[in-house]
Formats: sequence, structure tokens, C-alpha cells
Amino acid sequence: MGLLSDPSRRKVLTGLLTRLNTPICIVCYLAGIVWFMGLAFEPFTLRTYMSENAMGSTMVLLRGAIMMLVCFCSGMPVEWLVKAMQSRGLEVFTQSFSRKLPFPDENKERYMVRGTNVYGILRAPRAPRTEALVISAPCSPGDSNNQAVGLLLALAQYFRNQVYWAKDIIFLVNEHDLMGTQAWLEAYHHTNITGMEYSPLQGRAGSIQAALSLELSSDVITSLDLILEGLNGQLPNLDLANLFYAFCQKLGVLCTIQGKLQRNDWDTAEGYTHAAQTMMLMVLKQACGRSWGDHGLFLRYHIEAASVRGINSFRHYKTDAATIGRLLEGMVRKLNNLLERLHQSYFFYLLPSLSRFVSIGCYMLAFGLLVVILLLRALDLWVHLGAPALAAPSGPGVLTVLTPVVISHLTGVALYLLPVHLQEMAVEHFPVSETEAVVLTAVAIYTAGLALPHNTQRLLSGEGTEQGWKVLKLTALLYLAVLLGCTALINFSLGFILAVTLVPITASMTPHMPKALSALVMVLLSPAFTVLYCVFIYQELIEAPVSVSEGWMLFLSVISQGILDHALYGSLVYPLLALFIYPCWLMFWNILFWS
Amino acid sequence: LDSRLPLVIFLHALTPAAARDEFQEELVIRPLHSGDIYASFQFRTLWDTDFLQEGQKVSHYRLFPKSLGQVLSKFSVRELHISFSQGFWRTMQWGQPFIPSPPGAELWVWFHDTVSDVDGNWKELTNVLSGIFCASLNFIDLTNTVQPSASFKPLGLGNATDHRFLRYATLPREIVCTENLTPWKKLLPCGSKAGLAVLMKSEKLFHSSFHSQAVHIRPICQDEQCSSKAWELRQTLNVVFDLHTSGQGKKEWSLFKMFSRTLTEACPLASSSKVYVDITDNPELFELSPATPLLGQAVVLGDRRTYSVYDLSRAETFGQLRSFNLLLRDMLRPLLHAERYVAGFGLQTGEIHTVIYNNHPYRAFPVLLMDSVPWYLQLYIHTLTVTSKSRDNKPSYIHYQPAKDRHRPHLLEMLIQLPPHSMTEVTVQFERALLKWTEYTPDPNHGFYVGSSVVSALVPSMVAMRTNFTQDQPLFSSFVPVKEESSYFVRVYTEPLLVNLPTPDFSMPYNVICLTCTVVAVGYGSFYNLLTRTFQVDEPSPPLSKRLANLIRRIRGVPLLT
Repeated sequence: MGLLSDPSRRKVLTGLLTRLNTPICIVCYLAGIVWFMGLAFEPFTLRTYMSENAMGSTMVLLRGAIMMLVCFCSGMPVEWLVKAMQSRGLEVFTQSFSRKLPFPDENKERYMVRGTNVYGILRAPRAPRTEALVISAPCSPGDSNNQAVGLLLALAQYFRNQVYWAKDIIFLVNEHDLMGTQAWLEAYHHTNITGMEYSPLQGRAGSIQAALSLELSSDVITSLDLILEGLNGQLPNLDLANLFYAFCQKLGVLCTIQGKLQRNDWDTAEGYTHAAQTMMLMVLKQACGRSWGDHGLFLRYHIEAASVRGINSFRHYKTDAATIGRLLEGMVRKLNNLLERLHQSYFFYLLPSLSRFVSIGCYMLAFGLLVVILLLRALDLWVHLGAPALAAPSGPGVLTVLTPVVISHLTGVALYLLPVHLQEMAVEHFPVSETEAVVLTAVAIYTAGLALPHNTQRLLSGEGTEQGWKVLKLTALLYLAVLLGCTALINFSLGFILAVTLVPITASMTPHMPKALSALVMVLLSPAFTVLYCVFIYQELIEAPVSVSEGWMLFLSVISQGILDHALYGSLVYPLLALFIYPCWLMFWNILFWS
Repeated sequence: LDSRLPLVIFLHALTPAAARDEFQEELVIRPLHSGDIYASFQFRTLWDTDFLQEGQKVSHYRLFPKSLGQVLSKFSVRELHISFSQGFWRTMQWGQPFIPSPPGAELWVWFHDTVSDVDGNWKELTNVLSGIFCASLNFIDLTNTVQPSASFKPLGLGNATDHRFLRYATLPREIVCTENLTPWKKLLPCGSKAGLAVLMKSEKLFHSSFHSQAVHIRPICQDEQCSSKAWELRQTLNVVFDLHTSGQGKKEWSLFKMFSRTLTEACPLASSSKVYVDITDNPELFELSPATPLLGQAVVLGDRRTYSVYDLSRAETFGQLRSFNLLLRDMLRPLLHAERYVAGFGLQTGEIHTVIYNNHPYRAFPVLLMDSVPWYLQLYIHTLTVTSKSRDNKPSYIHYQPAKDRHRPHLLEMLIQLPPHSMTEVTVQFERALLKWTEYTPDPNHGFYVGSSVVSALVPSMVAMRTNFTQDQPLFSSFVPVKEESSYFVRVYTEPLLVNLPTPDFSMPYNVICLTCTVVAVGYGSFYNLLTRTFQVDEPSPPLSKRLANLIRRIRGVPLLT
């Protein structure tokens, strides 16, 4: 600090920083990207290990459940399920729920949703109903998930005859996948955050410690996929993933994450690319903030949860349902042994493979290197503004800066509110469906925002001064840094992806650049285009590349899904983009057209 | 010596008359509609003496356990109820128990009104009882003790109403195991050597869905005129066996299968020793082996029930009592039933919901709800709402004692009228306190327990009850005295709650975070300081000689030195 409080040395240091600002920024940006890509390189990652003592050393003897699998033709056989659970000695309850979506969901073809959840509670002997575990299986019409309920019932039958349970076990069969889970969880915790209508629950079992969700569409499988990404990018404790991996190893079941098997050749280019792809998939999935399985909604309630999905590919080696039953039995018994909630291991991590992880301490550096650019630029501007040569007789009025800020945010509010509220009007006037109306309104408002500088200038009296845009840019830079920093703390992936695209343009934008070219670059690196690129990269990574027109359709459906996720489950990505990131980008757009 | 001899003879002649005592034992087996088997043991020791009488020291013990007797007289205890339970009584599946108890340990004591330092006596008493029962009752202190004003009236003789002499505490976390059972068995006159106590083999008793053992001591009347006082010690043990798990689907039961023992004799010290089997639900489907000619009827918990009675004091009972093959039928829904849960998410606030069901088709009745909540859940009592049938239900009596941080828990008692066939919901919001770092338990992420709330009520009975005091009714139907014909007393306990409090991560990353935050705070402070301050180069002040020279020059009118 002495270095900075000494005026002469301080002058030298600030001089150095302002003179070398651009090179330092470029170095930081490149270092950030390289660091991030290096995270997938195996020698830089840590091997996963079980932190929880209660799950680590205790021995669990697996006996295996007797399998009884059933197939459903269509709909939810509520009465049959109630009987089946009762005959297995569970306390059975049902819950009905209904919800009208803000606009029809074209991906899942639903609008007015009405459903029933059935759940049975296995009461642990001599336990005072204070703790519970949940095993859930979504029941949907068609063949997509027809074996999970059978497996669930078989597990229930086997578990009921055991005496070692210390926590109650809730077997939940939910209709309409996530919406059923949402209704059940909200009723269990007596909250209502999304305006769902549901009947109250009759039976409870205390505080839920952990949950597993099963997805199984055939009675033999080749591998099991573990899904961790939950709502708003929340992840369960890493010990849950370790537990799954440990049992897969023990029983010789192939296990995958992001649908990708683990490779051992980390020192080859292919091996590294594989790990990098797996990690990139995780980053993309986490960034989009939606729940990738039924487990994702549990995380809000501080319940560690993961989905286990059976995958049946053309590989020769198959695993039968009895082995999956044993695997789940082992996991549930270990969770049953827990003395405390899972808390020992990491909550923030990236997985380049199931046996390797990157902790928050490593990956945050990549993000930090990107965000420090914004701060350096801000410092540079601050020094320039403070320089006596530029100090105008009267500083720029508060209005000069405040007007663009307020107008940008009003556009953001319009982008957030209007698409859903104006759908009826749009449907009346244009030949489109409700869903298309919502998405296209959003796109239209987004594009209309580009005309903003013109309108701002009309509101402002007088010329925009040199100092004016500098103050505005300083504000915008600091605002963006705070925004990205907060986002990255909650959802690193989202913060990082936004930083990668937003930082270069925001750091370099001035009104003196060639207008047409910079405008093009700014638009190409705007939040909406970031989403579009993510769609293409994601499709590329899951080995289902799409053409440009298909990609565009996917992009539109991603927008509608984002709005729906926000309305149905309380995902925060859409409001974050609409209310904060987009207005912030507009402020820089304003600077470009500063006159 | 000569002078003392007649006194000894006199005392010897007096003793049997002055301290008549009596011991009864009883086992009730009731098949439950869920398919489980409920076995309830009751042992009663009656002693016509008075521990609390002035100037008389009781020192000759026969059937009554000396350890308890001494405790009663030392601490001037008027009434003592202690229970240890493992598991939760599932009222919806199993109906009402004969004597209810909450999960964990529960202790409530009425002290004699001559006691001056009630808190001191209470503290010492809990420590002594902790030793007697090998339990962690010494964890009862002022932070979890309350003085309910209405919910816990004395069950025995005397109508003390001043709740200053009452202390009530629960330990929801207490785990009950064999080490609590052994001292409990030792209090019986025959120990576990003879009589019904032979069946109490811990490996079977703790292999069950529910286990509860209790000791109740109270003064009662010696006879109908109530001219003198007698002390009653009731030891009860309730077990529910899970037929599904251990019966392999067969609904066949025998004493041997349940307890891995058979009965061979009654306790020789017992004046009565009986086994009752509840055959009310469908007598013709029962096949009891051996059959008994004795049938008994008893009105218990508002229901007239029929029992097969086996008298162990008769010789012909033995040798055959082996196997009960029981077929079961549905049972009435319990008229009163309650449950509780924590609503909301996050670690800042929450809401406690207590739901009380009145399943009576047409009668409304009042209940007393008692909640004792630890201080670290800071209740917002202004958010207390009571709703029945989605309408506000104003309690006719509220007694609320706010908590004091680290000293005293919240106590909330309410008298609520339950409309017929209704669900009443009591909600109150709370904020989770941030504890000091030494106040966390060794396993803070497990959560913190909140004891069961207690619902006490006089429930309208379906059948007329006997109100006259008679000696010959079975023990299980005579614990709570019946005051009127049309209703009976029921106490229902809700489940305890497990609440997570904001917990620091007591590990290496926690230290790292603390350190990093300190560094960031220091760095931020200095940077902020530097960024907001404007620096000016200041001329150093001239030395004294120069200033003096300038002063002289000013006087002379000569240009100053710089």
C-alpha cells in the first residue's frame, strides 16, 4: 500500500497500467481461455474421493432385489399403483395437481396439465419420522420410461422386508415429469413459488436428506448415466457422484457422465479432446440453468439429489435389472447410514470424467482472469477522467449517464414482461401459434432495442461530451463486472460463457471506432447470439450436428423453454438475461453510437 | 436393651398393617389393522404408605423399589412420569396407544408444594434419574424445561393447580436401548426371573417397529372413601412388532415368535397376573390356542372391547399357551390425530405447521395444544394463525411464554375448539438463529431437534364409560381416571422436528474462506481509501532558523527567503 500512497510511485504505477493496459488485457483474456481449456487436462485435475466417513468405510452387503417389471400402455394407473404399493406394505398417499402453462409447450405438447402423484412411505422401524430419503420415478405415457416404475416397486418390496432402515424411504411416482415433482415438493414444504395448484399432502416423513431419480426404458442396459445438473446450475454434493461411481466400479457396471464413457489415454490428443468435450457439455448444461432430470428441483430445498438414467445402446455387453437393483440398494443403504446431511465434499465442481473433478478453486481463476480485464479498463478510465487536462469546467450531468441506463433497463423489463403478456394480441394480428408469438415477440423486442441510441439522443438535450461516454462506460464496466461476478458465484458456467463473449467487446468499445464494423461485431457477440452459438456447440458435442435452419428452430425453442422454465420452476436464467445482461449490453451499444 | 425390646416387638407387629403392598402384572396383545401386533405390559405396585408425611422416614421396602422410594422422599416429588420411546406411534395406522409417549425421552414431575427451590430440586432429580435409568436425562436443563399451565394436570390424588411446581422436559434425540431396559427391569419385584417379565428379551424387543418403556408414580386413594393415600408405581412397556418383516407374509403369531420365550409361571409375588388378547375386531375369525373360557370386557379409549383372558395364577394355563393364529380386520379411524412439519426452504426463516384432525362425524370438542420450541428457533408469535375448514379459529385460551436466548425455550399453550370432521392447522413462522461457534453440536449438519408438541383432549366417547372407582378392572383401562361417562382423556404426541440451522462449514475450506475474506477486506479497505483520496504534494515546512530569518526580514521590509 505504501507503493500506492506515495504520489510519485503511484504516478509511475498508474502510468504503467494505463500505458500497458491493452496488452495486459489481451494477455489476461488469452490466459483465461487457456486456463479454462487446461482444466480438462488430466494432470491438472484431482481424483475424486469419498469425503463422507459414514459412506466411505462402512460395508454394505448387497443381496439383490427380486425383479418384477411391468410395462404401462398409457397414462398413469393411479389405482393400480396405490394397490401395488399397499400390497408391499407401504403407507400410500396420492396428490393431485393442475397447472395452466403461460403458453403451450410445443416440445412436450402440453398446455392444461392435470396429474396425480402417487407416493408410498416405508416407515423405518423405531425411527421418529424425522429424516427421509426419496426414490422417484417419473411415469409418462409411451415407452420412454416404462421400466423405472417396475424397478421402483421391486425395490420397495425388497426394502420393506429389511430391518436396518434408519430413515423413512419415500417411493414417489410422479406424473408429467418435472411438473409432478415440483407440485410434490412444493406441497411437501408447503410453499408456492410458481402458482401451481395442488392438493395438500396427507403423509410426511420429516426432513428429506437425499433423493435419487430413476429413468429406465428397457429391462437390460449397457450403461448407466449420472445426471447432476439441476435448476439454476445447482449441483448436488460431489459425494453423491462418488457414491454412484464407487458402486458402478464395485458391480462392474459401465457408467457415464454426459453420456460419455471415461477414457484412460489422457496423454493423447483424443483423450484430452474427449475430456474437454465432457467438461464443455457439463458447462453448457449447467449454464442453461434448467433441471436436466427430476432431481434438479430437489436441490432448491437443500436435498442432495441425482438422476440415474439407463442407456441401452448397441454395445454387446449388457447389464440386467437385478444388477441395477443391487446398485441402487447399495446407494440407498449408504445414504441410510448418513449421520449428517451430505456436506463433506464439494458443492461447486466441474467433471471432465466421473473419476476426475475440478474444484472451485481452480476454475474460478479462469473466470477471474476474464473479469479483471473489466476492472483494468475501469481503472484506466478512472485515471483518464481524473486527469486535470480533461476535467471540464462542469462535469457531465447526472442525466447524461442516467438516461441511457434507465432506458436500457426499461427495454429489459419490456423484454421480460411483454412476450408472455402480449401473446393474445400477437395471435390475433399475425398467423402464428401462441408459442411462436411469444418467441417472436421476444426476438422483436430484442432487435428493437438496437434502435435505442437514436431514441436516447433525442431525449437528451445537447451534444454528448467526450467525458459523458467515459462516465457511462465506467459505470457500465463496473456494472457488468459485478453482474458477472455474482452470476459466476452461483452458476460458474453461465458467468464464464457470458464473460467470454461480452468481455472483449465491452472492454474495447469506444465511439471513435468504425461504426459499421464494430456494430456488426457487437451484434455477433451479443447475448442472443451467445445462446445461438451454445445451441450449435451443444449439438456438435452430443454428436447430433444440425444445419443452420434446424439450429435456428432449436434456438427459438430454447427461448420458449427458457421462458417456460422460469414460469414453471423458477429458473432464473431468462430474467437474468432479460433484466440485467441485455440492458448492460445495450449500454455499450449506446456508447458505440455516442455522438 | 431391656427398654428397647418392647419397642421392637411393637414395631414388628405394626409393620404389616401399616405398609400393605400389592403387585399386579398384565400383558395385553392387540392385533392392529395394519397387520402389526401391539403388545403392552403393565406392572403395578401399590403401597399404602406416604413418603411425604412429616417426621416419618420410610425405610422398610418390600415390593416397591427402594431406589425410587428414596428419590421420591428426598426431592418431595408428588408425581413423576418418565418415558423412553424409540420410534413413533403411528396413530393413523395403529389407533390410540394405552399410554401415549413421544419419541425420545419425556419427563414430567409435580413437586410437593412445600418445596422452596423447585429448579434446584428438578436439576438434582434429573441427574439422579439419569443414573437410575442409564439415560442422558442430565441434558435436561433450563433451556429445555417448561412449566405448562394447562396441558399436564396431576393424574393422581390432589388437585394441584399451581404450575410453579410442575416441570416438563423432553429429549427428542434420546436413543433407547438395552442399557435403559435393564435398570427398568430391575425395578420389578421379580426382576426378569419370573412372571411376564421373562418375555422381555432385549434382542426381540428392539427388533420392532416401536418400543416404549415408562415409569409412572403417583399417589392414589386407598379405597373408595379416599380416607388415606397409597402410592402407585406403574411400569409400562409397549412394543409393536412388524408382522410384514419378520412374519414372511404369514399372519401367524405366537408368544415364542414374538419374544423367543414362553411363559412358565406367574411372578410369585404378584397378586394377579393376566394375559389379555383383544378379540373385538372379529372373534369368529380368531383361532386361539389354547382356547380360554374366560372372556372380559373393558371400555378403553371410548371403545368397548372384548378380550380373551388368561390367568397365569392358575396352573392349567401353562403348557399350552403357545400359538395365536390371528386374522385381522379394519379398525375405526382414530378420532383425534395430529402431525407436524416444517415448511419453507432456505436457512433463514421457516414455518411450523401443526395439523390436528378431528375425525368424529358430528361432535366438536376442545383440545389443549402445547408446544415447547427451543430458543434457537425465534418464533414470530404475531404470525400465529389457527384455521379450521379454511376459516379463522380463535383459540379461547393462549398462554405464551417467550424464550430467552440461551436460557429458556418458548412455551405456547392454546385451547382450540375442533369442529366435527375437520382439519385444524396451526402455523407460526420462525427465524433460525445463528449460534455461537461453541454452541453447535458435534454433528451440526444433522440438524437440531424440536420436541413433539402435545395435544391433550377429552374426546367424546362412542360408548358409556364407567366412572366408579373399582379395583377389579384391568390395568390398561384404569390409568387415566375417568371423570364423566361420555368422554375419555387422550393425549396425542406429534412427531419431533429436525431443523437445519445456518451452519458454518467447520473444515479446512472454512478456514480458507475466513482467511481469504480477511485478505479481501483489508485489500478492499486500502484500495478504497487510495481511490477516493486525492493526493497533493505538500511543501515541507521550513526549518525554524529560516522562519526566524523570514520574520526578521518581514519586519525589515526585505523580500522573504523561499
